[in-house]
Amino acid sequence: MSRQIRNLGVFLVVCYAALFLQVNRLTVFEANELQDKPGNNRAVERDFSAPRGTIETVDGVVVAESVESNDRFKFQRTYPTKDLFGQVSGYFAFQLGSTGVEKEYNDELAGRTVHFDLKELGDLFVDRERVGNLTLSLRNDVQQVARDALDGREGAVVALDPRNGEIIAMYSNPTFDPNVLATHDFAAATAASEQLNADPEKPTRSRAFAERFFPGSTFKIVTATAGIERGGVTEDQPVYPVSTEYQAAGQGQPIGNFGGESCGGNLLVILQVSCNTAFAQMGVEQAKAAGMTDISRAFGFDQEVPLDLPGAVQSHFPADAVAANPPFLAQASIGQNDTQATPLQMAMVAAAVANDGKIMVPHVMREVRDDQGDKVKSFDPEVWTTPMSAATAATLREAMISVVTDGTASRLDDRVDEGIVVGGKTGTAQRGTDPPTSDVWIIGFAGPAGEPPQVAVAVLVQGQEGVSEQTGGRVAAPIGAEVLRAALQPPQRADQPAGGDTND
Amino acid sequence: MNLAGRRTTELGLLVLGTMFVVGAYLLASLPDDSKIPTSVGPFLGVIVGLPLAAHLAVRRLAPQADGMLLPLASLLNGLGYVFIVRIDEARPHPRGLAGLQSLWMILGVTAFVVTLMVVRDARKLERYRYTAGFVGLVLLLLPLLPVVGRTINGSKIWVSFGPVNFQPGEFAKLALAVFFAGYLIEKRELLAINRAVGPFALPDPKHLGPVLIAWAVALVVMVSEKDLGSSLLFFTLFLVLIWVATERASYLVVGGLLFFVGGYLAFDAFGHVRERFDTWLDPWDKAKGFQVVQAAFAFADGGVAGRGLNLGVPTKIPVVESDMIFAAIGEELGLLGAAAVLIGFVLMIGAGLRIAQQAASGFERLLATGLTTLLGFQAFIIMAGVVRLLPLTGVTLPFISYGGSSLLANYVLLALLLRISDDTAARQTNARQTAEAGK
Repeated sequence: MSRQIRNLGVFLVVCYAALFLQVNRLTVFEANELQDKPGNNRAVERDFSAPRGTIETVDGVVVAESVESNDRFKFQRTYPTKDLFGQVSGYFAFQLGSTGVEKEYNDELAGRTVHFDLKELGDLFVDRERVGNLTLSLRNDVQQVARDALDGREGAVVALDPRNGEIIAMYSNPTFDPNVLATHDFAAATAASEQLNADPEKPTRSRAFAERFFPGSTFKIVTATAGIERGGVTEDQPVYPVSTEYQAAGQGQPIGNFGGESCGGNLLVILQVSCNTAFAQMGVEQAKAAGMTDISRAFGFDQEVPLDLPGAVQSHFPADAVAANPPFLAQASIGQNDTQATPLQMAMVAAAVANDGKIMVPHVMREVRDDQGDKVKSFDPEVWTTPMSAATAATLREAMISVVTDGTASRLDDRVDEGIVVGGKTGTAQRGTDPPTSDVWIIGFAGPAGEPPQVAVAVLVQGQEGVSEQTGGRVAAPIGAEVLRAALQPPQRADQPAGGDTND
Repeated sequence: MNLAGRRTTELGLLVLGTMFVVGAYLLASLPDDSKIPTSVGPFLGVIVGLPLAAHLAVRRLAPQADGMLLPLASLLNGLGYVFIVRIDEARPHPRGLAGLQSLWMILGVTAFVVTLMVVRDARKLERYRYTAGFVGLVLLLLPLLPVVGRTINGSKIWVSFGPVNFQPGEFAKLALAVFFAGYLIEKRELLAINRAVGPFALPDPKHLGPVLIAWAVALVVMVSEKDLGSSLLFFTLFLVLIWVATERASYLVVGGLLFFVGGYLAFDAFGHVRERFDTWLDPWDKAKGFQVVQAAFAFADGGVAGRGLNLGVPTKIPVVESDMIFAAIGEELGLLGAAAVLIGFVLMIGAGLRIAQQAASGFERLLATGLTTLLGFQAFIIMAGVVRLLPLTGVTLPFISYGGSSLLANYVLLALLLRISDDTAARQTNARQTAEAGK
């Protein structure tokens, strides 16, 4: 009997050893795999029940915060600015997941980055919330101005600092209120989500960076860059013939000017009046397909956009279509054919001209600080792409300033103070609707005379009546003017008396 | 061994274990509001008073018994209680699981003391082996009777008399352990006769009767009561005891084969057996696998050190307070906490088998072996099910899970082991004294 009892003991110990090994497997070796399994929503649930940092604008307005709630999750995420920043902040919702800044900077907001880990040991006996508070580079006041200026019309406004890529305002209509998706009333959240998804206008998707449109004549800045960089175009040469039509070699509709007008001249003149025939000719005969393709790429077309928000789409230049098809190239060179851009991309086109030819990596996060106010993370300005030389940028800067002083964008400097220099370019992209409507654009930059411009802007207003090149100047330029004016004012922190802070 | 020191050791270990449990309880209660909970008084009464009462009873009734088992059991019991309180707070039960569990603990310790008082000599139990066998069989099959039988959570293992529900199976196991030990000691010589079949030494067919009866009962339990765990446990108990009694490994082989055949037939014929099996192999994309999948997620969340008491979400796991409580421990105490529980059971098994080895009479040896097997295998079967080492079968985790029947039965089991241990030690002391007196 003793031997059997001993063997029984050995057998049971083996059983328990197997149990121990299996527990090791679950808790250590396969833990990550298990945590990533679909259906494992523990991490989400934990995030949901944990404190989470605030998101606020650089002028101190809270965009997102977690307030204590007395339900199954301890905190309710709320968005005090409602739909003003909805497409930037995104939402943090239990069933729907998260989007926008909430998604991009989830680890920082939840306090799950290395910075927080290292501090943890010393914090064992201190009652503090280990979360990161995020400051956006966006300004509440400029965002509000952009929204007011759009006045409910469909479209988008992007304002950024060309010197460092900080986005100052980014608003688009229609937008949405993240509160309805973040509510703990799941039935209501689901219903709201279904309603938003069913909306053909897609309010959750920002038209500033997640949708693209025909850029119309604003694309001529890209064509002009290609002409100068690759085609030997200068301020004076060539002088394009005054004409009502341009017919590139090959089959296809000739390019005409708005209203059948005739135009031509040197670079300055054709930019001021936004001459289609001349720019079509520049694209086909000076820049050529290769030049247009290379330079549009260098501006960021058909490239991953390094914006720190999920869902940023690439702008597109139809390189393949125009390669051996001059009539298509002619169309593409004036922002037609299949050329498409986001308002963010077009703001960066203006920014390149403003910033000596360099486009900085665009971003919405300025910095993350922990609850003690120590900086956890900040954005170092970084050049994304350089589509043109400083000399070319200087030439185009003068040309765009003359578009405002003597050309179609004359209303862009309506609202700025004395001593501020403004450059711009209008655009009108016809939509195949009846009666004819168009998407109108303005892109531009502004800054004190003799200094690098401090703001670049792009405005898109959709579905405007009329198709003339003046439409962009009439409809979009005043919006751009309001935004430029607001962005050039030093930001006022909401919690400080006026004038207490200066713009850097 | 210094037998007089056993009670001091026991008291010391009990104090250590109780300190741990009280600490765990306070930790579990603190994160919410950093206040000592108001229910701390009754809690301390249960968690400090009960082990103390049990200890005093052992001091008086079984003074020379093993000093490890009671502290281990009370540690596991206290740990389980902390988790049940914690789970009950997170997901309040209409009847208050925490309050009920403390009642079961009081009843359990009472049963422990009463057993020590009533069973003054374990060898006397041998006389009641057939009674015990009959009682065990009745208890095992009681849930199948109309009127009193109850099906809860798909298993027909409950009996209810008026307002009282209980699982007779928990007590049947004890009665059957007594019966098997007595019966097998009586028949061990006969059963040990081998017959050579080819190269194998097989038991004589005419003595296979009891094996077949046990097998049949196990199958009935498995099929009719849908209680795989008890069926497995019951049959294992029988096989282990017949093997230990006869010292013939061939019984293990034959019995094992029979069980696999029975299991396969059941798998083929009955949906719920197949379901358990399928779920075990692939729990991921089935609603049926929800329990084990959630348990696996809980362990993964726990990691090495666990999320911390009261900082996990164990209520995501169905029946976490009873069958699945090991997953809650894994989640909140991690690999370390789960390993501590495993070590606790291994130490109890070790203590139990040592009692069996040292016991003077064959009956006591076999009974102690059987009781230890029950405890060790039951804990193994359910923990293995929770971590998906075996198909999940619904039995409780001894001393830790919520449940009155289980707790009562296991405290009686503990008392019987201590009684055997005390008998052995007392007899050794007597022998020594006699020897010294004779010099």
